Amino acid sequence: MWTEQVREMILNGILETLYMTVVSTVCGYIFGLPMGVLLCVSDKDGLKPNAVLYKILDIIANIVRSIPFLILLILLIPFTRFILGKSYGSTATIVPLTVAAIPFIARMVESSLKEVDSGVIEAATAMGAGNMRIIFKVLLVEARTSLITGATIAIGTILGYSAMAGAVGGGGLGDIAVRYGYYRYQTDIMIVTVILLIVIVQIFQSVGMLIANKLDRRR
Amino acid sequence: MGIIQLENVSKTFQTDGGVIEALKNVTLDIEAGDIYGIIGMSGAGKSTLVRCINHIEVPTEGKVIVQDKDLSKLTQKELRKQREHIGMIFQHFNLLMQKSVLDNVCFPLFIQGKSKSEAKKKAYELLDIVGLKDRAKAYPSQLSGGQKQRVAIARALASDPQILLCDEATSALDPQTTSSILELLKDINNRFGITIVVITHQMAVVREICNRVAIMKDGHVVESGNTIDIFNHPKSEVARELFSKDDGSDSQAQPAVADRIQNGTRVRIVYSENSAFEPVIANMILTFREPVNILKASTKNVGGVAKGEMILEFSKGSEHIEEMKAYMKDKGLELEEISDTEAGGGSHVD
Repeated sequence: MWTEQVREMILNGILETLYMTVVSTVCGYIFGLPMGVLLCVSDKDGLKPNAVLYKILDIIANIVRSIPFLILLILLIPFTRFILGKSYGSTATIVPLTVAAIPFIARMVESSLKEVDSGVIEAATAMGAGNMRIIFKVLLVEARTSLITGATIAIGTILGYSAMAGAVGGGGLGDIAVRYGYYRYQTDIMIVTVILLIVIVQIFQSVGMLIANKLDRRR
Repeated sequence: MGIIQLENVSKTFQTDGGVIEALKNVTLDIEAGDIYGIIGMSGAGKSTLVRCINHIEVPTEGKVIVQDKDLSKLTQKELRKQREHIGMIFQHFNLLMQKSVLDNVCFPLFIQGKSKSEAKKKAYELLDIVGLKDRAKAYPSQLSGGQKQRVAIARALASDPQILLCDEATSALDPQTTSSILELLKDINNRFGITIVVITHQMAVVREICNRVAIMKDGHVVESGNTIDIFNHPKSEVARELFSKDDGSDSQAQPAVADRIQNGTRVRIVYSENSAFEPVIANMILTFREPVNILKASTKNVGGVAKGEMILEFSKGSEHIEEMKAYMKDKGLELEEISDTEAGGGSHVD
């Protein structure tokens, strides 16, 4: 069964999975990071409390996060088609993945930034720093380690979601596992893909923690 | 006209538990060049008060006038500019933990729009003033508490402020370090003429560096004036209480009076409440007709029991030393002979 064809398919699956995961994570951060910062800043003891803004972002985040990813995938088909012109394949999967990732990432960023010692923020305020400077030079810098740890968790979660996309023809290792393991009873191929998924998550996790520790100046 | 004027400043906080009045009608006038102490027990409102001076806390009522500017009338931008003239240091230092010592000191310089090379040059000068030039590349986590506070001071001085606010700046430090930080603050006040406002609950700190002091209780200033006057004639209950907590020793290990009088044998006696009823020492002097010098006497709370401690010195020509010792032991006093170095006793700050 390990024909040239199968090996190529699995190699392709790895690349597609990495592609979906990395692009979705990056897109997720492009929107999720600012959203997380806004959540942190607009909260009642934040830099610039704004109850209305906080509530709106809070509700959006909660709604999206409470929809199971599989349902979100299906719900977003028209939206994906509108943006990309098609609704299947790994590129199309990036859209729902990103949508699911944004509130998740925003929450991670929010909690990382809230860990920053309020005394340090106070010190910066006392020095005459404006809010923008405090966000970019104090909050994001001091929370660096926590943000990277968060990104590591986010990438693992998104990778898990990408495998789920296999159920609706999304491409990647998850797709292979579903098609061969579930529909064709080729358990061996399914096991191989699962092992590969585990290995990829492990690598992301280890690299993430390594970078986080390397950049932490608190020890 | 002082450099800092507070006029009827009040501050209330809305909390879930109700309204808290942190400051009630506080009026203060701090002259340029002062080292002004604001002292009180915790919860007296002193931290809120100092935060009103740079408008980190905006007073609910009253005026804060700093360098002839009413802070409430400034725009956000002007207020930020004004804050650059007011340095601040904190109990827990509040340094950027992910940035090197040098970058920490550069931070306020970047706010002022200084170039990287300019900022670095200035930061090195400041680190030299606080004696940490060789640790510029270190990270705060690698420094001791005293060193961290020195970095914080260098950072606070970076924007060439005319005012330095110190919020319990020595409360997290041990006595020796406290004294060296106080020396540094005094030096900064002398050399650069910076007005320093010191918030503390330690009377020893006020005694050592402040020329003027305000005593706070429950959001009120109950007494203010020259430190020496208040030290000599405290009018308020709080002032007396704070002085009684101050055990008279200095934060630096100055030779105590006991060490400077070099004479005969010394003993340390310890007595508990019950033995204080009988005038043991007086009776002993009457019995043996020999003078005894009391070098130090204090009462300390040891594990919930009031214990008296006294250091006695028998005069050189004394003939009945052994008998007197026996007499005191007989009367139930704990007694031990002490060497000269121990006699200094309580060189510590609580």
